[in-house]
Amino acid sequence: MEGMWNSILDVLKLFLSGDQKLYEIIFLSLKVSFSAVLIGVLIGIPIGSFMGMVDFKGHKLMVILIYTLMGMPPVLAGVAIYLLLSANGPLGQWQLLFTPGAMIMAQVVLVTPIIAGLTMVAVRSRVKIFFESAVSLGANKVQIAWLITREAKNGIMAAVVTAFGRAIAEVGAVMLVGGNIENYTRVMTTSIILETRKGNFDLALGLGIVLLVISFLINGFLVAGVLPYLQRGEQV
Amino acid sequence: MEHAYSLKGVMVEKKDREILSIAETNFAAGKRYAIIGPSGAGKTTLLRVLNLLQEPTRGQVLYYGQELIYSGSNRLAIQRTMSMVFQKPAMFSGDVFYNVALGLKLHGMAKKDIKGRVEEALEVVRLSHLAKQSALTLSGGEAQRVALARALVTRPKILLLDEPTANLDPLNVAIIEEAIKSLHTDNKNTIIMITHNLHQAKRLAEEVIYMNNGAIVEQGTVAEVLLNPKNKETQLFVSGEMVY
Repeated sequence: MEGMWNSILDVLKLFLSGDQKLYEIIFLSLKVSFSAVLIGVLIGIPIGSFMGMVDFKGHKLMVILIYTLMGMPPVLAGVAIYLLLSANGPLGQWQLLFTPGAMIMAQVVLVTPIIAGLTMVAVRSRVKIFFESAVSLGANKVQIAWLITREAKNGIMAAVVTAFGRAIAEVGAVMLVGGNIENYTRVMTTSIILETRKGNFDLALGLGIVLLVISFLINGFLVAGVLPYLQRGEQV
Repeated sequence: MEHAYSLKGVMVEKKDREILSIAETNFAAGKRYAIIGPSGAGKTTLLRVLNLLQEPTRGQVLYYGQELIYSGSNRLAIQRTMSMVFQKPAMFSGDVFYNVALGLKLHGMAKKDIKGRVEEALEVVRLSHLAKQSALTLSGGEAQRVALARALVTRPKILLLDEPTANLDPLNVAIIEEAIKSLHTDNKNTIIMITHNLHQAKRLAEEVIYMNNGAIVEQGTVAEVLLNPKNKETQLFVSGEMVY
């Protein structure tokens, strides 16, 4: 028990002292997760908004598909991207396998359905309240979509936070397509796996706590910093 | 007299159930109408048809002599000549000023022109002091007054009101009625209002329409429909003896 606390303290000391290796791992974790969530937002929010507002033939099937993909096993996403990027795969010439780019691609596959699915639910709950008011105010189709999506911002923020949580904590896919190469594709979660395999459970636990602290700070920023700003509403 | 709306054989069906069936009626431009009748009479459906929110299953609706278009590019231009206040107004997140300015902004009005118009509308509903307050924190009466300001700020040719004072206290009712009257005095627009308050119908309307079971049972001046109704059912309703 004492050894565990010492390891945790050691990791926290490393964290606070600005240890270059540790910070490289943290920054890569953040870079990969943020990039994946950003791409997921750009793809997922328009899809979710559209699905939440428009009923079309095959809508139900699409909903089921999105819900299914929300629960996709990370290893499956990793294998799919691995096959796509491997030397004989259709995107083999991009030479992205075992690079941070491949890790971002795998995480995009995982987070986009989460963002799309939760955005769809959030938008759908606002349509009934705001659609007719927006139409009656003389909004065109684009303005209606914007107004309703804006009103669903709390739910959309929850989608982004959930997606970020999945991305930063993900290990199976990034391990497969990134390879956990030191100083290149090693991130927090793959470091934890590596230390666990080496028997350094205490160090693994310490890294895990650092990961949680970072996640707490980022979610705190999103919830306490960004959300109130969005809730202030647009100024005319 | 020019007709704002002319309806002929207008029917709305939902799941094979007829919820609106108007044989023929006209709404004169610049007049104030009150629609009364029991719940489920088709009053809101009629207002939704007039506000392009509900396309009739059958029939013809003329708007200033032109057939009303429920889809396509011209629909928006027509929609922007009218405003509707709903029974339960939806407040968009943002302050009161933002909510009132929204219609003007959506219509593409320049920012510098919006301010004066919004301030004027807020003054009419006596909410100038709440301009910077979040619209989500308003009381029911204040929210309804914001919705009215939002509707009248665009100076619509047609103002459609769906029970705008339902469940409000006397002060809020008086402010809203005054705002409706002043809007009509200034702009001579057509006002069509659903109300369950017969005294309010007397105070605000020139013509009254009594509806039941999706149809217009009786239509005429306030004196004709509320004081000397010809129809037996209307008599029972205005005397308060109808049980429904």
